[in-house]
Amino acid sequence: MTTSTISARAPTFLDEVIARTPGEPHLERCIQCGTCGGSCPSGPDMEHTPRSLFALINAGLREEVLRSNTPWYCVSCYYCTVRCPQQIHITDVMYTLKRMAIDEGYYTESTARDAPEFSRTFIDFVESNGRSFELGLATAYHLRYRPLNAVSMAPMALGMLRRGRMDLTPTKIKGIKQLQAILNKAKELGGAK
Amino acid sequence: MKYGYYPGCSLERNAAAYHQSAMAVAGPLGIDLVEIDDWNCCGATEYFSINLLPAYALVARNLALAQDQGISDQLVAPCSACFLNLTKTDRYMAESPKLAADVNEALAAGGLHYTPGSVRVRHLLDIIVNDVGYDVVAARVSKPLTGLRVAAYYGCLIVRPGYGGVFDDPEHPTTMDRLLRILGAEVVDFPLRAQCCGGHMTQISQEVAYEMIRRLLKNAADYEADVIATVCPMCQLNLDAYQANVNQFFNTDYMIPVLYFTQLMGLAFGVSPVDLGIGKEFVDARPALAKIGVAVPSNSNGRPRKKETSKEALPMPRLKEE
Repeated sequence: MTTSTISARAPTFLDEVIARTPGEPHLERCIQCGTCGGSCPSGPDMEHTPRSLFALINAGLREEVLRSNTPWYCVSCYYCTVRCPQQIHITDVMYTLKRMAIDEGYYTESTARDAPEFSRTFIDFVESNGRSFELGLATAYHLRYRPLNAVSMAPMALGMLRRGRMDLTPTKIKGIKQLQAILNKAKELGGAK
Repeated sequence: MKYGYYPGCSLERNAAAYHQSAMAVAGPLGIDLVEIDDWNCCGATEYFSINLLPAYALVARNLALAQDQGISDQLVAPCSACFLNLTKTDRYMAESPKLAADVNEALAAGGLHYTPGSVRVRHLLDIIVNDVGYDVVAARVSKPLTGLRVAAYYGCLIVRPGYGGVFDDPEHPTTMDRLLRILGAEVVDFPLRAQCCGGHMTQISQEVAYEMIRRLLKNAADYEADVIATVCPMCQLNLDAYQANVNQFFNTDYMIPVLYFTQLMGLAFGVSPVDLGIGKEFVDARPALAKIGVAVPSNSNGRPRKKETSKEALPMPRLKEE
């Protein structure tokens, strides 16, 4: 039986990536055809195309994979996912690699090291208000991580305010306590497939 | 036709024009969009990068509210990212009993429960073309957009990957083209119609993001589009608000307004531009709309718009279009 063969050996890096991805990502089916990289709009700027990243995963090169900017440069457009002849859930795998890079601290060595901070700042506002807050996100993120950019982005922020496209204060949902109870419970349960 | 309505954070402010125009056309089309009470953010593309189970629980609270409030078993999401996250959560909860159990255990901490499959999530474009239908739309057109060249831009997430609510082809969608043609617009060929706007890439690498936006603008310009029509707040923001940055970065001079498809529908139905939120865009839509005889008050958003660069500025060299 296939299952007994798998459980008989120590889990590989590939097994781990699969286990941490929801549903059946089918990553073990990769035939290295390169359709993913060829379909990827940000592929040319990635350190590894998705195809080569999957070869590295298969080879167990954990550090190289989790240091790569590739998952952070994934824009979640799902072209690779719909085109993959093996039906691999490539976008979901990229999300898994982002979470693993954060958990294991490797992202700080990646060329996209600010990306998780953007996600974190975004989520902080959602966790405390229940809604996203663009002005807070833009100022908190840019001032903390990209002070030079903050200056160049200021005209756009003003343009947003002038056109009534940005709030000065966050909107809080009524059931914020309920939402926080749900999220805290989810964090406690964690690690769910 | 009554639907639950999940506007999402963008439509509250940044994409208020989308919300306003969706509401303005819903009436004439006989659609009743009833907002889900106390909905929360869908987490965009960010939460799934950080923490998986809370990301699903965040989305599932909205599905549970939609299910419990009993407005309709159908939930309409106008934002592509919200649409994706809602359909994805419903699908994965249905496919993975373990995920469904964990999400429901988290929801129970807030007194909620969601049964996968009990809410059918749909995109606004889907219900307009399929539930209302092209014929009804055609019957509402009183001021056809004759002569307006429009590029129908679908972006990614309403057509891919198809977790649920599928209504068009993942690579060669056509529903919005047909809809815009019925409004009287001249729909141009737009090969990059389902390519990505970059999403939040502007916050991660500007160079990568600007190149993705440039490609789309160039494609629309190559086919001489007067306007790009969009179905998503993120696409609108990237193509519109970042257009000046992209021009500066590449030494280009694109000036293509980006409007929501519902704004164009409203114009064709004879709704006043101000009631459709026209005037909130960064790239002025007035010159394009003047082509079809629509006059937008210069201060439709309360204040006059500053035009391009000052005359005292040094002339900038322009990159020759390839």
